[in-house]
Formats: sequence, structure tokens, C-alpha cells
Amino acid sequence: MASNESDLILEMKNIDMFFPGVKALKDVTFNLKKGEIHSLMGENGAGKSTLVKVLTGVYQKTNGSIRFDGEIIEPKSPKESQEMGISTVYQEVNLCSNLTVAENIFIGREPRGKFNQIDWQTMNKNAKQLLHDELGIDIDVTKVLDFYPVAMQQMIAIARAIDTKCKILILDEPTSSLSDRETERLFQIMRNLKNMGISIIFISHFLEQIYTICDRVTILRDGTYVGAYDLKELPRIQLISKMMGKEIKEDEIEAVVDKSVPEKENFIETDNVTVPGKVKDLTMNIKKGEVVGFGGLLGSGRTEIAEMLFGITEKTQGTIKVDGVEVSVKSPMDQMKNRLAFCPEDRKLAGIIGDLSVRENIILAMQAKDGMFKHMPRHKQNELADYYIDLLRIKVSDREQLIKNLSGGNQQKVIIARWLATEPNLLILDEPTRGIDVGTKTEIEGLAVRLAKEKRMSVVFISGEMGEMVRTCSRILIIRDHEKITELNGDEISTAHIMQAIAGDYHGQA
Amino acid sequence: MPKFLSDLIASPRFSFYVTGLLFIILFGIGSVSFEGFFSPQVFLNLFIDNAALIIVTVGVTFCILSGGGGIDLSVGAVVSLTCMSLAYLMRETSIGPYTSMFLVLFIGVAIGLINGFFITFFKLQPFIVTLGTMFLCRGLTAMISRDSVPIDNAVYGELAFTSLEIGDCFLSLGACIALIVVVIATIVLRYTSFGRSVYAIGGNEQSARLMGIRVDRVRLLVYVISGVCSALGGIAYSWIMLSGYTLHGLGMEMDAIASSVIGGTQLMGGVGFIPGTLLGVMIQGTILTIISFQGTLSAWWTKIVVGILLCLFIVMQALVTEHKNRLMRLNAEGSAKKAKKAK
Repeated sequence: MASNESDLILEMKNIDMFFPGVKALKDVTFNLKKGEIHSLMGENGAGKSTLVKVLTGVYQKTNGSIRFDGEIIEPKSPKESQEMGISTVYQEVNLCSNLTVAENIFIGREPRGKFNQIDWQTMNKNAKQLLHDELGIDIDVTKVLDFYPVAMQQMIAIARAIDTKCKILILDEPTSSLSDRETERLFQIMRNLKNMGISIIFISHFLEQIYTICDRVTILRDGTYVGAYDLKELPRIQLISKMMGKEIKEDEIEAVVDKSVPEKENFIETDNVTVPGKVKDLTMNIKKGEVVGFGGLLGSGRTEIAEMLFGITEKTQGTIKVDGVEVSVKSPMDQMKNRLAFCPEDRKLAGIIGDLSVRENIILAMQAKDGMFKHMPRHKQNELADYYIDLLRIKVSDREQLIKNLSGGNQQKVIIARWLATEPNLLILDEPTRGIDVGTKTEIEGLAVRLAKEKRMSVVFISGEMGEMVRTCSRILIIRDHEKITELNGDEISTAHIMQAIAGDYHGQA
Repeated sequence: MPKFLSDLIASPRFSFYVTGLLFIILFGIGSVSFEGFFSPQVFLNLFIDNAALIIVTVGVTFCILSGGGGIDLSVGAVVSLTCMSLAYLMRETSIGPYTSMFLVLFIGVAIGLINGFFITFFKLQPFIVTLGTMFLCRGLTAMISRDSVPIDNAVYGELAFTSLEIGDCFLSLGACIALIVVVIATIVLRYTSFGRSVYAIGGNEQSARLMGIRVDRVRLLVYVISGVCSALGGIAYSWIMLSGYTLHGLGMEMDAIASSVIGGTQLMGGVGFIPGTLLGVMIQGTILTIISFQGTLSAWWTKIVVGILLCLFIVMQALVTEHKNRLMRLNAEGSAKKAKKAK
């Protein structure tokens, strides 16, 4: 792409960024033209937010150069970048909930009075006016921020950012908690700013929004630079394929192994279930003895659906039925009693307890289900532990080995064993094979199918590796922007179809 | 619940109003029960007797407000160290009382810097750092002298008895200084960007940093302020005691924390009001006065009442937070409904 040097307000070249032990950005290039709306895209963990934080001085880059407005800059702190004219709305609402709305907009640059004291009256007046003029919001700005819902806080954060006289405005996932109307309002503001010559970096998971508002896109994957493209010339399917790093071959249909054939009855059904900002109006079912995959990009909402099913987040609308009976789900304990089990995505964070032995880790969930004070005789514990160590072929020296000394794959098996010990009817596996060697991966895939086939257990299998889902799932729900957009059944299941479905080009045979 | 009441509970000043009401009730009980209780001088005595505690509590409040487990346990020990240093300087050296007072303020600055440095630079827990400096200061005090050292400088003694005549009543110099400190602290916290930064980092350190606040600098300064307040409190304390002793100000840090919390400061940081803190100290003072008027009860009853109050206030704070959350949910649902209608 031929771009004139002087067109560029920002040039980030060969950016490297290390976190202790991890390379978060590798040789990333990012160019921003004057007066354009440029999207940064990539799956969760691709490095979008890290790149933004390098630019705003929250993190310091290890290598590379940043040229802003014709000069090389080395931002060291958010304050510095703000003063240079780089204004940011970060992903999570980054305001102080104990301060008033007006203060949150003006902190650090409050209007001053005669004695250089903070002039509260002027500040409140200006804040009210700003919110009214720019965003069409009329609220009491003297109220403390946490009085208002998250969507409103998001708008206030935006108001704070656009108020500073900026040259670049960075919006990191600003729309995740906004309603359609508020989003439209935000887009209107973005167009105005663009016409004023301000460049905007817009990060969002919502494909529709990207194509509506943005001119160009830079794609990152696993901390590396994939490319920058004009959105007009980039079909959606290409965008997705670049984000995932997979070429699309139309005829690529992988050999279907012997999958589980589900029964007629549903084990769990949801009807129009909504969790604000996480799950949108979901209607689906999972049959007994069925392996269901949730397909979608990282951050599309597939984990959120699993969390909703397991009662980690509470729905505000809709109904959940287990075995045909409507259930009220207030906490994971409710769903454990309904015989659901959930192996979370990040086993380090939410799964293993490193300093306990394999045996203790296995009986943990069962103990929680039975109640803290119900004693389980030691010989029974041993029996259980040995049974699952054997069943899942967990490689341990003995059952008293500390789990932190096992390999990732074996840790994962222990966690699966823990949930199997509760004898669930539905097992949710969220990224069960991440960071695991190929051999163990295949074993876990096989296990999912075997559980469904032999024990008639329902299994939800969530994975970013489409090949894995293609091999194991009897049905795949395609999730995008926190919504189920379609389902793939039986023979339709192939990598190509999943990607097309995510792009919205394939709607299934049904 | 009527809207007026609901708004009142949700207002950030609610704790302050409750504390104020409690003070009036306690003072009322005293006035009704005991003859001679209801007099301006009894009221002013609350400031005179608690001058040192008021000053120290202001410093501790800054620390608690700044969040991140902010607390300063070294204050009582600093009070003791300043008293002892004053006594030593005036007894063993030819340094005059005014210079001595000026010098001991730097003890506060130094201890504050040490606390602040370890807390911000090494990201250590304020609790453990200030516990360390607490032991350090107690130890240093004992190193100077293990026995009580009287302050017999004539000029200093005069200073201690200087007072401001208000009609028939009077206010000691220490009490005047305490009130000035309260006023200054209130203004600083309300009308300067440093003050607002203290609230901001107490509310959400991460956000504050992203909004361009120099978090570490603010926090360091907070501990220096607390150090200086303790040293100043130490001077006020020495005007009452006129001696230096290792056991001076023992447990004062706890009284200060209790006063601050009863005065509406939230231990999580970010919420608090200096006049509330003042009321917190005065409530403790009032209870003590009631007990001394009563004559037969042990002074330890003060601790029992303060303990109960502390628990009640923590519970109240939890309930208020719960109420706010409910309001916020209602608010969110309300605006969602509105949006639907608009469609």
C-alpha cells in the first residue's frame, strides 16, 4: 500500500515487548494515517491491548521505534502520552468509582479558581455541558460514579477521552457494554472527530462494527504482525482466516472418526437466555450422549456461555431447563447438584491447587458437592483416585504426588478426573488441550467422545483449534459477538465451514 | 423506602451525618445525666485533651484514604520518640525549645519517607512496613532513655500553658493547632489536585495511574504527611505530659484508626472526610468525659464502648454499600427499560 510519509500521524516500527518470560509482541508494525479510523484486530491475547499500552506508556517496549507527529517518542507514563495528545479509553472502565462523575472527567486538569483551588462549580457545570453537548447525556454529575450502570460509566470514560485536545483517540473495546443506540451515538462522535482530522484506533470484537465504522485494519496474531488492509478490499472470510492463521480450503473436509450418536432427549435446554454484556438471547439444547462444540473466535463469548450454563454468571432473562425441568441457577453449586461439571479454561488460575496431592485434587469437587463436613474415608479416597488415575492414564509416581510437579497434560487430566468423580451428566471442557503435547491432546479428544458414547454423558467441548472440534463434536454451535448465529451438524462439520459460518457466509443446511 | 432517605444513605457523606448525630446524642446523654456537663468548657476540653490524637488521626486518615491497604502503625511510636527527643534536646543540649520543636518535626519527615519509600518502591504492605518502623521508633526512644525524662525548660512550660481565651473559656495551644491541622487537611483534600489524587488512588489505583496520576509520588507524600502529623502530635502530647517516656502514645495508632473509621473513613480507601475523623476522636473523648463525670466506672469502659461502636460502624458501612449496589441495579434496569420504550 503506497502511503505518503506525511500522511502518517503515527508509525510504530518493529515493536518488541517482553513480559517476564513471555514475548508479548514480536516485530509489530503499526501505521496510522491522519483522520482515519483504524481497527486493530486479533483474537484475545493477540497483543492488541499490549500494543496500545506500549503506545500510551503503560508498558515500555523492549525494541523498536515510535514516530508520532513527525518525532520519535518514548512514552514513559500515561500522563506523558496524554500530554502529547494520545487519549485513551481502556478496555475495562478505568475510572475511579468513588469520585463524582465530574471529577472523573476532569481529574488531573480541573478548572482552577482564584487561589488555584479546584473550582467545583465550574467543573460540575463544564462536565454537565460536555456530556450534554457531545454525548447527549443528561445526568447528575455531582453523583458518585458507582451510582451509574456500567454502560453509563463507559460513556463517561469516552467523554473524558474526547475532551482532551487529542490527536489520536484510542478506543479499546468501548462498545462491549453499550446498547445499540449508545453505540450509534458513539459512531456519530467518531465520525465527527474523524472529520476534524483526529485519528482513531478502534478495537472491537464486533465484526459488524468494524466494517461499519473503520477505514483500515491491522491484524495481529499471537503477538506478531499479520498485515494492514483496506477494509473495503478485505472480505470478512479473509479477515477471519488471517486472524486465525488458517488458509481456507473449500474442499477440506476432514475424515470423520467414529463420533458419538446422541439420543433424542435433551439434557439441558436454554430459552432466550441473556447475561448482560456476556450472552445474548441464547436458545440452544444439548442432548444426552452428545458432544457439542462452541465455535468462534477467542472473545466471541463461547466461554461466557459455558460460565452461564454452570451458574458462574447469573442470567437476567430466559429459562434454563435440565432434564426437561426448569431450574433456577444462582451459583455453580446449584448446577453441580444438577450434575453439571466445568473444567475452566485456565487451569493454573481456576483449576489446580498446586500444593495438594493428586488424590486431594481429584476428590476436591466431590467433597465440595457433599458438603465440607462430610467425611470421606481414606480408603474410599484412595480407591477413587486410583480408579481415575487408571481410567485417564494419568502419569504419576503415586497418588500422593503434588500436582504442581506434573506436566500440563497430566494436570489437565487430574482436573477432568476431579469433575468425573462427581459423576456428572454434562461435562464442560473449556480449552482442555491448551498447552498440552500432541499425544495427550489426542487422548483427551478421545476421552470426550468415549464418555459420550459409553457413559451417555453430554459433553461441551470448547476449543480454539478447529481441527479438534471437527474431530470430536457431533454438533457445533457457532458463536459470534456473544450470540449463537448458526449450528453445524454431522457432515457439515469441517474447518472451512466453521470459518465461513463465523464470517457469516455459511448458514448451515438446516 | 422514601426517596429522600434512600438518597441520604447513598450519599458519600452519610457516615459523617451518622457520626455527627451520634456525637450529639452522646453529648446530650452526658448533659442530661450530669450537672455541669453541658458547658462550653467541657466541650472545648474535648479538643484540649485530645489535641495530639486529633493531629495523629488526620495523618492516619490520609494513609487509609490512599488505599492499597494504607495504614500507619508507627504514629504512636513516633509520638513517643518526639517527646523523648524534645526532652533530651532541651535537657542535654543548649538547643532552644523552638529549634528543638523544629528539629523533631524532621523525625516525622524521616519516618514518613522511610515508610513511603518501602511501600512505594518495593511495593510492600503498609501494615508490615509501618509495624517495622513502629518497633524501630519505640526502640530508639528506649535507647535515648529508659526512664521518664521530664521537660523542665521554662519557656517550653510556658508554651504548654499558653491558651486562647474565648469569653469565659479557653482553648490550649495544642487544641488550636489541632483545629488548624483539621482545617488545612480538609481544604487540601477537597481543593487541591494532590488531595483529589489521594481519593483517586484510594478508589482505584490502576485507573488513577491510567488517568495520568503519579501514584507513587502521591502515596509517598501521604506517608510523609502522616509522619509529620505524628511528630506534630508528639509536640502537642509533650505539652500535656511535659516529659519523654518510652510508653507515651502506647496504642495511639489503634485509637487513631478507630477514630478514623468511626468518623466514616473506609478501610478500603477512597472514602472519608476529615471533619468526620474529628468527630470520631470527639466521640471517644465524650465517652471518656461521661465516665469521668460518673465517677465510679473504670476508664476501660471507654474501650468497651469504642469497640462496640467500631463493630457497628463497620456493619453500617457494609449495609450502605449493599444499599448502593441495589440502587445501581435499579438504576441500570430503569435505563434499560427507558431505552426499550424509546425504541
